[in-house]
Amino acid sequence: MSTLNAYILTIVTFIPLGGAVLLALFPRRDRDLRVFALVVSLLAFVLSLHLPVHFARHHAGFQFEQDIQWITTPNIHYHLAIDGISMWLVLLTTFLTPLCVLISWKSVHDRVKEFFILMLLLETALIGVFVSLDLFLFYFFWEASLIPMALLIGVYGHERRVYAAVKFFLFTMIASVFMLAAILWLYAHVGSFQFADTQQWLRGHGTEIQGAAPWLFLGFFVAFAVKVPLFPLHTWLPDAHVEAPTAGSVLLAGVLLKMGTYGLLRFNVGLFPDEARHNASWIATLAIIGIIYGALVAMVQPNLKKLVAYSSVSHLGFVVLGIFSMTQAGQVGAVFVMLAHGVSTGALFMLVGIIHERRHTFEIAEFGGLATPMPIYATFFLIITLSSIGLPLLNGFVGEFLVLSGAFLAHPLWGILAATGVIWSACYMLWMYQRVFFGKVNHDVNLALPDLSLRERIALWPLAVAAFAMGVAPLIWINAVDPTVRNVLSIAAQFASQVVAR
Amino acid sequence: MPTSFFTGTDYALSLPMILLSLFGLGVLIIDLMLPAEWKRWNAITALIGLGFSTAAVMRIQLGHFADGRPLVGSFAYLSNVGGQVVGSVLMDGFSIYFFYLFLLGAAIAILMSAHYLEIEHEHHGEFYALILFSVVGMMCMASGYDLVLLFIGLELMAISTYVLVGFLRRDKRSNEAALKYLLLGAFSSGIFAYGLSLLYGLSGSTNLQVIAQALQRHYSANPKDPIAIVAMITTATGLLFKVAAVPFHQWAPDAYEGAPTSVTGYMSVAVKSAAWAMLLRIFLWGLYPLRPVYLPLLVFVSVATMTVGNFAALSQNNLKRLLAYSSISHVGYMLLGLIASDNITNKTGIQGILVYLLVYTFMNLGAFAVVTSLRRRDIIGDEIDDIAGLYSKAPTEAVLMLLFLLSLAGIPPLAGFYGKYFIFLSLIQTQHYVLASLAVLYAVLGLYYYMRIGSAMFMRPATDPEPVAISPGMQVALAVTAIGTVGIGILPEFFIRAAGWSLGIQQAGTSLLGFLR
Repeated sequence: MSTLNAYILTIVTFIPLGGAVLLALFPRRDRDLRVFALVVSLLAFVLSLHLPVHFARHHAGFQFEQDIQWITTPNIHYHLAIDGISMWLVLLTTFLTPLCVLISWKSVHDRVKEFFILMLLLETALIGVFVSLDLFLFYFFWEASLIPMALLIGVYGHERRVYAAVKFFLFTMIASVFMLAAILWLYAHVGSFQFADTQQWLRGHGTEIQGAAPWLFLGFFVAFAVKVPLFPLHTWLPDAHVEAPTAGSVLLAGVLLKMGTYGLLRFNVGLFPDEARHNASWIATLAIIGIIYGALVAMVQPNLKKLVAYSSVSHLGFVVLGIFSMTQAGQVGAVFVMLAHGVSTGALFMLVGIIHERRHTFEIAEFGGLATPMPIYATFFLIITLSSIGLPLLNGFVGEFLVLSGAFLAHPLWGILAATGVIWSACYMLWMYQRVFFGKVNHDVNLALPDLSLRERIALWPLAVAAFAMGVAPLIWINAVDPTVRNVLSIAAQFASQVVAR
Repeated sequence: MPTSFFTGTDYALSLPMILLSLFGLGVLIIDLMLPAEWKRWNAITALIGLGFSTAAVMRIQLGHFADGRPLVGSFAYLSNVGGQVVGSVLMDGFSIYFFYLFLLGAAIAILMSAHYLEIEHEHHGEFYALILFSVVGMMCMASGYDLVLLFIGLELMAISTYVLVGFLRRDKRSNEAALKYLLLGAFSSGIFAYGLSLLYGLSGSTNLQVIAQALQRHYSANPKDPIAIVAMITTATGLLFKVAAVPFHQWAPDAYEGAPTSVTGYMSVAVKSAAWAMLLRIFLWGLYPLRPVYLPLLVFVSVATMTVGNFAALSQNNLKRLLAYSSISHVGYMLLGLIASDNITNKTGIQGILVYLLVYTFMNLGAFAVVTSLRRRDIIGDEIDDIAGLYSKAPTEAVLMLLFLLSLAGIPPLAGFYGKYFIFLSLIQTQHYVLASLAVLYAVLGLYYYMRIGSAMFMRPATDPEPVAISPGMQVALAVTAIGTVGIGILPEFFIRAAGWSLGIQQAGTSLLGFLR
C-alpha cells in the first residue's frame, strides 16, 4: 500500500486524461464511446476511494505527497498532496463525473466523442487544481480547466451559447491574471513556488511586505471571487448555467465554483491570515448581500435553470461567509456546504436537464402538475429540494448550521442576516416546487411525459443517498476536515498574536 | 594586424552559411532541368540543404564550442583590442541558438509552401533558393560582430524577403505588398546605415566591441552628446522597423496580408527572429553604454506597440491582418524583456525573449499553416468567414488551430505561456510593476481576438462547402508545430535550459546534447 500511497494522486489525476487520449483514438461508434467514458470515470472514482480509506484522519498536515522537480529554472515542482479539505473535493469531482456521463447518455447526439473527451479533460484539470501544492502547478491546472468548460458551453450549449462561453472565459481569465501577477511577485521574492515555502517566507517577513500584502491578497481574492462567484462579480454565472449542457452545469456548479472557495480557504486565508482578518468584514458583507440577493432574484425567475443558478449564488455566499468568519465552526461549515452544494445542486441541474430533454424548455409556466405523470421524478425532485433548503437530516442543514453558528460567533448581526437566507431559500424552492409539480396538469403535452428511465434513476440514486448520508452521519466528513481547519486557523491565530505583540 | 586571411576556424564557423549558399545555387540550377510536375524535388533539395547546415551548426556546437568559450572568426581581418582578439563573427551560444531557430523556421515554411505554391500556379525553384539565401542573411545577422557583416546580412535577408513577398506575380495584392515593403524597407535601411556611419565616426571602428568601448568613454565624458544620441536613435529606428514595433509598424499588416501565406508565416517568425537577434546584439553589446539613454525610448515604443497591436487586432476581419497585428503586439511584450534585463545584472528578460521567439516560431507558424491550408480552388481563404465551421470540415486542423491560438494568448498548459511568463517575471524582479500590470492586462485583451477566431471555427457554420485538403508536407508541418507547442508547454525544461545556455547562464544539472550544461 505504501507504494500506491505515493502515486495515488498522480494516478487519480491523470486517469481521465489517459482516458481522453484513448477516446480520441476510438472510432466514432457513439455507444462504445459512452461506455468507455463511463468506465474511465468510474475507474477514477474507485481509485479515488483509496484516499478516504487510507487517510489519517487526525493528522492535520498534507498526506499522499508526491514531490518531483519539474523545471529547475524557474524552480517549479510537481508537488501533489491533499489534506482533509481537498480530499473531499477530489472525491466530489470523481463522484460527479460518472453521473454526468450517465446523464449525457442520450442528450448529446452530435460530436459525442469530443463531448466526452472534453469532460474527461475537465475532470483531470479539476482534480489537479485541488491536489496541487505548487503555486505554478496550481495556476497551470486552474487555467487548464477553463478551456474544456468554455468549449462544453460554447459547442454543446443552448441558443445563446457563444455569448455565454465567451463571457465565462473572459471573466475568469481576466480575474485570474491578477492571481498570476501575485504568484509571480511571490516567486520573485521567495524563490520557490512551493506552497509550504511561500507560507514559511510570508510568516517570517511580515513587516517587510506590509505594503505589498494587501495587493497580493487582492490579487488572489479577485481571481477566486469571480470563480465563486461573489456578488457583484456573479453576472457570468446565470448565463453560463442557462446555456450550458446539463453535464456542464453539473460540473460547473458542483465542482468549478468550489475551485474559488477552495482557493479562498487555501491561499487567501492560508497565506495571508493577517490580511484575511483585516478584510473579513467587507468580504463577509458582500457574502451576505450575495446570500440575500441571490435568493431574492431566484424567487422571481421564470426559468427553472436560472432559478437554480441564482440559488448557487446564494449558497456560495454561505461558504464565503463561513470562511471569513474566521472561526472553527464557520470554516468547517464552509467546507461542508461546498460538498453538500456539490451534491444537491448537481442533482438539481440533472433533474432540470431531464425535464428539458423531454420538453425542451426551462420555463416554469410551461409546467404544472408534473407529479401526476412523473411520480418518481417528483419524489427525487422533492428530496433534493429539501436538501437544498437545508432540512435537518439532509446534507444542506449541517453545513449551513455550522456556518451560521460561526457567523454568530464572529458577529451576531452577520448571523442574523445570513439566517434569513435559509428562509428565503425555502420560499423560492418550495414555491417553485409547488408551481411545477402540484395542481392540475394544464398543458396537455405534459400528460404524456414518460417518467424516469432506469439510466436516469441510476444517475440520481447515488446523489439522493449521498444527500441522506451526509445529513445523517456528517461526522464521517467532518472528522477529516476538522483537524485541517484547526491547522489553518491556528496559523492565523499565531499570526494575529504576533501582530498584537508587536 | 591580420594574421592570416582565412583560417581553419573561419571555415568551420562559416560552413553552415556556405552550405546553404551552395544548396541555394544548386536549387536554381536543378530547377532548370526539372519538368513542371517534378518541382517538389526543389523543396526536398532545400530541406536536405537545411539538414546539412544543421549538421554543420551541431559540429560547431559540439566540437569547436564544447568548452563554452565564444569563438571569434576573423572573416578577413582580426584585430587585437585591449588584449582581446576581436573579429567580425562572434560564435557564442546566442548565435548558435538563433541558427537553430532560423533553420527550424525555414524548414517548416518550406513544408508549408510546396502544395500552396502549386495551387497558386507559382511553383518555381527560386522560391526555395530565396528562402535558403535569406537564412544565410539571418545567420550573418545573428553571429555578426561587425557593422559591415550585420548590414550585409540584413540586406541579404531583406532583399530575399522582398522578392518572396511579391512571389505571386499575378496577384495585385502581392505586388502591392512587395512594393510597399521594398520602399519602406529601403528607407529604413538608409536610416539604419546612417546610424551605423555615425557610430563608425564616433569610434573609428566597425567592430561592436570597439564601438562599445568608445561609446563608454564618450558617454562618461559627455552624457548628453547629441551625436551619440542621434547615432543611437537612427540605429534604433532601423532596428525597430525590422521587428515592426510601433510607430514603425505600418508596413507589416500590408506586407503580411499581401504576401503568399506561407511567406507571411515565415516572415513572422524567422525574419522577425533574425531582426531580434540583431537588435539584441546591437543594443546589448554595441550600444550597451547608452542604455540609460535608450531605455525611456524603449519604454515608449513597447507600450505603444502593445497598445496599437492589441487594439488594432480587435477589429480585423482578415486572418492574416489579425495575425499581423497580434505579432506586432507580441513584439511589444518582448521589448519589455529588453527593458527589464540588461543581460548583466539580470538575464531573465533576455532569456524570456529567446524562449518567446522559440515558442513563437512553433505556434505562429502553426497558425499560419492552418490558414495556408484554407487556400483552396477559387477560395483565397484568409478571412475569418473562411475559417468558420472549420471544425465540421477538418476537426483535427480546427483543434490544432485552437491550440495555437490559445498558446498565442498565453494559456498555461501551452508553450506560449512560458514566453510571457519569463517576461513578466523579469519585470517583477526588476520592479517594473506598472509595466507588468499593463502587459498582463493587454495579454487578456489578446485573448478576445484569438477567441474570435476560435468561436468562428467551432461555433459557427461553414460558409462554403469546399472541403479542406491537407497535403503530406502540410501534415508534417502541422505535426511539428503542434508537438512543439504542446511539448514545450508540458516539458519546457530542455528549451528553457537551451535559452539559458545560449546566454551563458550557469545552471545546475546533467548534460544532454551539450545544452543541458
